[in-house]
Formats: sequence, C-alpha cells, structure tokens
Amino acid sequence: MIQKEIDIVIVGGGPAGLSAAISAKRNGIDNILIIERNENLGGILNQCIHEGFGVEIFKENLTGPEYMQRFIDEVEKLGIPYMLNSMVIDINSDKELTVCCRDDLYKIKAKSIILSMGCRERTRGQICIPGTRPSGIYTAGTAQNLINLRNYMVGKRIVILGSGDVGLIMARRFTLEGAKVLAVVEILPYSSGLPRNMAQCLDDFGIPLFLRHTIVNTHGNRRLEAVTIAEVDENLKPIKGTEKKIECDTLLLSVGLIPENELSKNSGVIIDETTGGAIVDENLETSVRGIFACGNVLHVHDIVDFVTLEAEKAGISASRFVKNKLERYEMIKVNPGVGIRYVLPHFISTKRDVKFFLRVMKPGRNKMILIKDENRIIKRIPKLRVNPAEMIRFELKKNEIKGVKELWIEMENVN
Amino acid sequence: MKREFDILIIGGGVVGCAIARELSKYRVNALLVEKECDVAMGISGRNSGVVHAGFYMKPGSLKAELNIKGHRMMPKLCEELDVPYQRVGKLVVAKNEQEVECLYKLKEAGDENGTKNLRIIDKEEIKKLEPNVEGIKALHSPTSAILDPFIFTIALAENALRNGIRILLDTEVLGIEENGSFTVKTTKGEFKSDFVVNSAGLFSDRISEMVGISKYKIYPCRGEYHILDKNKRDLINGMIYPVPPREFGGLGVHLTPTTDDNIFIGPSAEYIGEVDNVANTAEIMERLFKEAKELLPKISKRDLIRSFAGIRPKLIKANSKEPGDFVIEESPDVRGFINLIGIESPGLTAAPAIAEKVVEIIKKKMKLKINQKFKPKRKAPVRFSKLSDREKSELIRKNPNYGEIVCRCETVTKQEIIDALKNPLGARSIYGVRKRSKATCGRCQGGFCIPKIVKIMEELFQPPIDDITLKGEGSQLFIGKTKDLRR
Repeated sequence: MIQKEIDIVIVGGGPAGLSAAISAKRNGIDNILIIERNENLGGILNQCIHEGFGVEIFKENLTGPEYMQRFIDEVEKLGIPYMLNSMVIDINSDKELTVCCRDDLYKIKAKSIILSMGCRERTRGQICIPGTRPSGIYTAGTAQNLINLRNYMVGKRIVILGSGDVGLIMARRFTLEGAKVLAVVEILPYSSGLPRNMAQCLDDFGIPLFLRHTIVNTHGNRRLEAVTIAEVDENLKPIKGTEKKIECDTLLLSVGLIPENELSKNSGVIIDETTGGAIVDENLETSVRGIFACGNVLHVHDIVDFVTLEAEKAGISASRFVKNKLERYEMIKVNPGVGIRYVLPHFISTKRDVKFFLRVMKPGRNKMILIKDENRIIKRIPKLRVNPAEMIRFELKKNEIKGVKELWIEMENVN
Repeated sequence: MKREFDILIIGGGVVGCAIARELSKYRVNALLVEKECDVAMGISGRNSGVVHAGFYMKPGSLKAELNIKGHRMMPKLCEELDVPYQRVGKLVVAKNEQEVECLYKLKEAGDENGTKNLRIIDKEEIKKLEPNVEGIKALHSPTSAILDPFIFTIALAENALRNGIRILLDTEVLGIEENGSFTVKTTKGEFKSDFVVNSAGLFSDRISEMVGISKYKIYPCRGEYHILDKNKRDLINGMIYPVPPREFGGLGVHLTPTTDDNIFIGPSAEYIGEVDNVANTAEIMERLFKEAKELLPKISKRDLIRSFAGIRPKLIKANSKEPGDFVIEESPDVRGFINLIGIESPGLTAAPAIAEKVVEIIKKKMKLKINQKFKPKRKAPVRFSKLSDREKSELIRKNPNYGEIVCRCETVTKQEIIDALKNPLGARSIYGVRKRSKATCGRCQGGFCIPKIVKIMEELFQPPIDDITLKGEGSQLFIGKTKDLRR
C-alpha cells in the first residue's frame, strides 16, 4: 500500500474537477492531486462531440472535447498532478481516501477534498418500466459512449423515452448516422430538455415528440422487437385504451441524471433529497469541514460553463481552507418556496455577495422570483419565461441581505 | 467430437448441473446439453436464492424428503465449491391471530419433516431480531439460508466438467428416437446415449413427449421480483416472509437478502400461457412494492434498481387444493429415460439430493465405477471487493489488472472480468460476465461498465460483432459499426 499526504484531492477529472484544480493552483496551492477513473481527463465531455459548449465563458461555440482540451492544456501547463485509470473506492470522515489503480492501493490523507464525480443516468429499473428485458435497451449516455467513442451502432429503429438533453442530442446523432428515430416520448406535458436542443435536434429533423406519453411495455425476449406507448393522465398514470405499439430494435432512456454521491455518503456528507447532491454553504463546503462539492455531483447542471464557474469557486474555497483563511461566519438558511424545486447554496453568511442557482417546478411565462425573509420581500426578479430545464442564476449583494435571519425564494405570477 | 455417451442430461439448470456433478464421481461417459448460451439461464437463476429448511412441504412428500436432505448437504457442498452461502435465518411473520394459527401449522409440518430449531416467537423477540419489521408473532427458522444460485449452478457445472463430464452450451434438443438406446437430435447434431435424463425444467413436458410420454403437462406460474439497492441491506437481518397464501401458487411476497447484499422483493404468483414469458407487468410491479413497503416502511421507489421474473414449472393447475409433488422416475414405459418433472421450489435446495436420487436410479441399471480422480473442490475466482485493503494491495502488485476497476457500483476489477470471460464453460455473453463477476448488477445497471466489458472482450477474443451478445444468439448488442447504415 502506498501512503500519501495531499493538500487538495480532487475526485474526478471532468469539467468540474479540472476547473477546481486550476483555480486551487492559481490560488497558491501546489500539492494538488486529481484522481480520474477513466483513461483520459475530460470526463463525460469526451463523448459529447456535438457543439454548444463554451458560449458563456469563451463566447465561442465549441464541441465537448474542444471545450475540455482548453482545461486539460491548462492543467498540463500549470503542472497539476493527476492519476488516470484510478478509482476512489472509499473516503472516510477523516478525509482519508482509498484509491485503486494499476500500481497499487493508495491511502491518501487529504487536508481538503473537492467532490467532482459527476452523475449517472437513471435506469429502467428505477422507473419501473414493465415488460421483457432484451438487449437493445440503453441509457442515452451509454449509447452515446458506444457510438461516439467506440464506433458501435446500437440500433436502427429507435424510440427514445424522456426528452432530457442527452436523449435529444442522441436523437439527432442517430438520425445523422442513418438510423430512424421513430418517436421521443415524454411523460410530462413539456420537454425536459433545453429549448435550443428541442429545435436543433428534433424539429430540424422532423422527429415526432409525444408529450404526456410513456412506455408501458417492452416486447421481445432476446433483442427488443417493439415498445408500447400510452398517454398518461394528470397523475402521470397510463390511460387504458390509448396504447400504441411501435416496432423498434432500440429503446433509449433519457429519464434523468443522478449525482453520484455514494462516496460522499461514506465520508459523512449530508445529501439533499431533492438535488441528490450535498448540502452546501456559500463556499460550497459540505457538512464535513474541508470537503467541498461542485458540478453535477452537487446538482445536475444544464450548461457546462456554469459547472466551470461553480468549480472555480470550490477551488478558491478549498485553497482558503488549506491556508486556514476560510472565514467561519454564522450561516443562515436559504429555503425553496412556492414554485421552486431547489435553490443553492443551502446556507449563506450574509457577509458577502452570493450567486444563487435555482430550478423552478414548472415552465411558465411572466413570472416573478421573490426573495423574502420572515417579514418582507427583499427583492423581485422578473422572468419572462421559466423552464425547469434551465437553471436560473441570480446574485444578492451583501447590503441587500444584511441582518437577515432566514431566506425564502418563491415564484409568483405577474398579471 | 465424441457422439456416443452412457448418459445424456438435458438441461443446464441447477438440477441438471447437480446431476452432472454427482455423476462425475463415477467413471461414466456423460454429456449435458443446454439450449441457452450459459447454465442457470432459466428458473435456476430466477428465484429467491433460498436454501429452505423444509417446513413448507407436506410431510411425507418427495419435496419434503429431498428438501430436508438438500438443506443438510448444502453447507459442505457450498464450501467445497466455493459458493457464497449465508445462514441468515428466516422469520415467517403473522400480522393477525388467524395467521398465528398458520404459524403453528407450519411449525408442526417442519417438526415432522425434520426441520431443526423452529420456534414461535412473540412481538418483543421479533423486534430484537428484526427491528424494522412489524408482526404479532413469527415462526423463526435459524437454519434457513441464502446462496448465490447462479454461482452455485456454475460451480456444479465447472466441477462436473473438471471431473470429466462433457457440457455443450447453445445446444437445443430437437427430437429423441428410441431404439434400444436413444438418438438425441440437437442443433449441434445427433448424439447416442443409453440413458437420457430429462431435467429440462419448464420444457420437461415437451422433452418427455419426444419419447411418447404425454401424461405430464407443465403449468407455467410466473413470479415477479424487484431488486433493492444494496444501501438498504441493513434494514433487515434475515429473510422476512408473510404467512403463505392459501392457494399453492407461491410462498407469498417476501423480502430476501442476497449474498451480494441486495434485497429481493417478491415473488408474485400468476399462472400464464407461455413458459418463456418472463416479462414484468405494471400491476404486479406496483403491488409488490406496496406489499414490501407494508413489511418495511423505510423503503422508497428510488431504492429499486431492477425488476425481473421467473417461472415456476408447476405440475398443478391454478387454484389446486393439493401442492403437487416432484416427479423423479425412470419411465416405466421407456427404459433408460429418467424424467424429472415439476421441479419447482424447493428445487434449488433439493438439487443435490435430487442428483443423488437420479444416480441411484441409474446405478440400478448400470454398473458405475468410482472415479478415483474425482476432485470435489472448485476454487472461485477472486472477488476483489470482499478483500481487506492489505489483500487488495498485494493482489494489485502481483497483477495490475486487479487495480483497474471496471464496474464502479460493485467494485469489479478488470481481472475479474477476464476471469469471467475465460470461464471453463466457455460462456461469453454479458449475462455470463454479470452472473460470474457481478459487474453490471449495481445501481447503474451496466451503464458505465458495458462499454468497458465489450472492450475487454475485444482484447481477449477479437469477436465478430454478432458474437457480442447480452444473453446469446439473437440478443446482439450492436447492429454494426457507425457509418454502416450510410453505406
């Protein structure tokens, strides 16, 4: 066994991990280690060969690998150490990591840890799709990996369940490869993907979208032969008599992403049931002192540029923690109110300006985001359109929240 | 290859493989044929994985006798074959006074059958044994156990193979001619044999019919299950069963821990038309979860990672008053043809005892010489996740493939995938890897590791694209390479 002591260990070398590492290094910490389980840095963006990345940060429209390469180059230039093909198999509450790699098992004692493991896809098992279990049922990201990184074509007649972004991107990818995407089936009355992906991936290729529908059966014992779709009622239960069988060889699932926090839980980090990620304060520090979280392991983002920005913040906080310069203010709670699914961070000090991320429950027009304390409305932010697929960011200045004891964020209609 | 055998076994389920292994203690020319790409592809791999202690079976039945015998044989057998086996014990929980009566009946049957240490316990003791379970009284069976039914079947087959039994996968029996001996026509050609053992499970009535015995009919009875994430394993200590329903469909929806620390919820019991319809249904999936939640309020739908179904090969129709028994006999009409029909629960537990019984039948007809070279032991490949840190480190230093984690959810290393792919039986599907190594069994259900497993398959065998399958012929993962559809 190899023992090591590291100031900041970064778990995961994707967009969040690399940005956090660069920021920690620039803030004066040299003893950093990035641990990446795959054979390359870059994480999931390596398989996202479509464009649409970097518009916020670089004002350029890049592909996933192009976007990541800028960060990989920076990591190399700054000489930040990283381990590839290396998997953290445990983190304990003393911030000791157990890492498995081809040389040996490492025990790494960290002063600070940045969690940036990303997320995994929700599977068929979790949403209880009835039917047989043949080959040809893939989550969208797995299909994306097989097609884009391994050049395997997984099917030619495709039905996609869920209108999440990965599913939409894959609908276009399959079409470009010569496969036929027969339907995208979405249980909700609206898409769960970004509007631009709806337009560019479905509308531009004439791919039909069935809203308020779901898959109620899969057919075929060996390879998928067909799926049955049905309309759902307002409780999302299938309506009898609306079933329709679609012959296909592939069912792609794009039914949500789940932050991968199994390691975080081992270390004692407390998880928010709604986001599936850690509960954090304005420094992105979790319930375990010195452990920070950022990127999709904290909450699933819509746009990678925001992951990068969030991770920079985690890098700064971790470096301040290591230098014993992270201020310990008393924190107040931030609560999601009516119409708001979640808001991050969960706790703030009111001593600094804070940037918030939130997601709404439902799409809508002419809305107002209200920021309240116990007695009054602190701020109103008008929104012409809101969409659960799109994160909303806003900032509160310290003078706006001075003396506040607790915050509520709500959404209100504008007449 | 050789085409003439003393004994030909049809079916690579747990019973067929147990018979093969039992026969390998003797110097015989025996062949086992299995129509699927691997062993344990039918009911043997689609059940609760329970080693029953014998109190459910009607006293005096063959089921009771072989259950008790199999239960006694199991600890030593699992040790010899290096099969995960845990004596976790079982509670049959009564929720009202009427059900309490049933507990006493079960205990009485168990005592008569020879089940050891059965006790009726009260509410307080239930809470002590199982703090998360509600009930007014329970039958406690401390000797009830669980095992890994896939690994058990695989281990029996591997050990039989090592001791000289031939095993052919992907070999379906198409017809049998009887003319003094048997000519068995299969998808891999014809084989001659003096004895034929019909351990074809759900298809045993059809095989029987091939030699003109048409008095048996299998009534398929489907049981659906959910699998809970292993992070819920601590909610129970042992198995939690309800009082069995009146109809002889099954034992009632129960909670069974697995040797991989998941919990099974199920099975339902529903008579269906086809023997191969292992689909899950919306109504039963919903009902299973609801019933499990009544037993264990602390679970949520988020904790479900997969659902599956198995089919009981029943010899009795729906709503029968009698439970039905195993048929294990040399056919009085067709000499040398040994029928095993209706081998449902407790077939897994009874398998080693059934195997002994079949060999006894053969012994009466044919002189079996002891195989002096018989090696009873089989060593399982390493399970990295079960080792201590020190052992892990030592292993990686010896072989770096142990340092590369392929399946992140179950912590399965590259070397374990290689071991699974290079298994002695030559089974190479994703299911084959799953059963042996447990890769893809976790909460991401193979989303991350299937591409990696395919890559390892390529490194080892350079398989043609059509040979990369989920579970054998017809279940190809890919239709070709990218750009193929554009050509």
